[in-house]
Amino acid sequence: MIVELTSDPIDVPRLIAHVNQPSNGGICTFLGVVRDNAEGRPVVKLGYEAYESMAVAQMRTIVEEAMQRWDLDAVALSHRTGELQIGEASVAIAVGAPHRAEAFEACRYIIDTLKTRVPIWKKEFFKDGAVWVEPVSSQPSAS
Amino acid sequence: MAGTKPPPSASPAVAPAAISVRVLFFASLADLMGERRRTLNLPAGSTIADALRDMATDVPDLAVRAPHVSFAVNEAFVTADAPLSDGDELALIPPVSGG
Repeated sequence: MIVELTSDPIDVPRLIAHVNQPSNGGICTFLGVVRDNAEGRPVVKLGYEAYESMAVAQMRTIVEEAMQRWDLDAVALSHRTGELQIGEASVAIAVGAPHRAEAFEACRYIIDTLKTRVPIWKKEFFKDGAVWVEPVSSQPSAS
Repeated sequence: MAGTKPPPSASPAVAPAAISVRVLFFASLADLMGERRRTLNLPAGSTIADALRDMATDVPDLAVRAPHVSFAVNEAFVTADAPLSDGDELALIPPVSGG
């Protein structure tokens, strides 16, 4: 398992190599990349801040949940911090599985769950200011 | 540090009358508070809600934001009625936007 936060560009081939194991017949990858607009308003760059120790712990828990639920033996998850330019990957997931269905489902689960409970925040920079993105629907809850 | 002095005479160790909690602020809450962390001294038995009331005396807008804030104590999500202990790390977590 690879679970990491990094201030350097994400090394996607390394994540794929990690999950490319002989027992696997499929690898599903997901990249979240920096879009040049927020609901039509031009974005010049993004910044990501994390509660680093808790973010890594939550990311590990989510990966472990996926590995158990879909009986996987290899998952890699990496999230950027700091400033990112348009087109750069902010998050990368690689899931290896014996068959494609499990790989797709686990990959989807990991990104959807990360967005609801990993303490990482995105700041959108515009030409004339910047805002923290805080969707109220993503408020984590104690459970 | 609170609680490091030995108890007086031969009385058994008791919980300190005051606790010290490290509070972390992130993203928009760091902007609001004008700092990323502070140490808060509170009466023993205080909850997160008590800590928020204490901090909102300096920054009233914190009370406005509180309904949309989640809380973690020592990196585990908890609710606002959770009790705090001496030495705890309390993180105020605005709605997350990773990915």
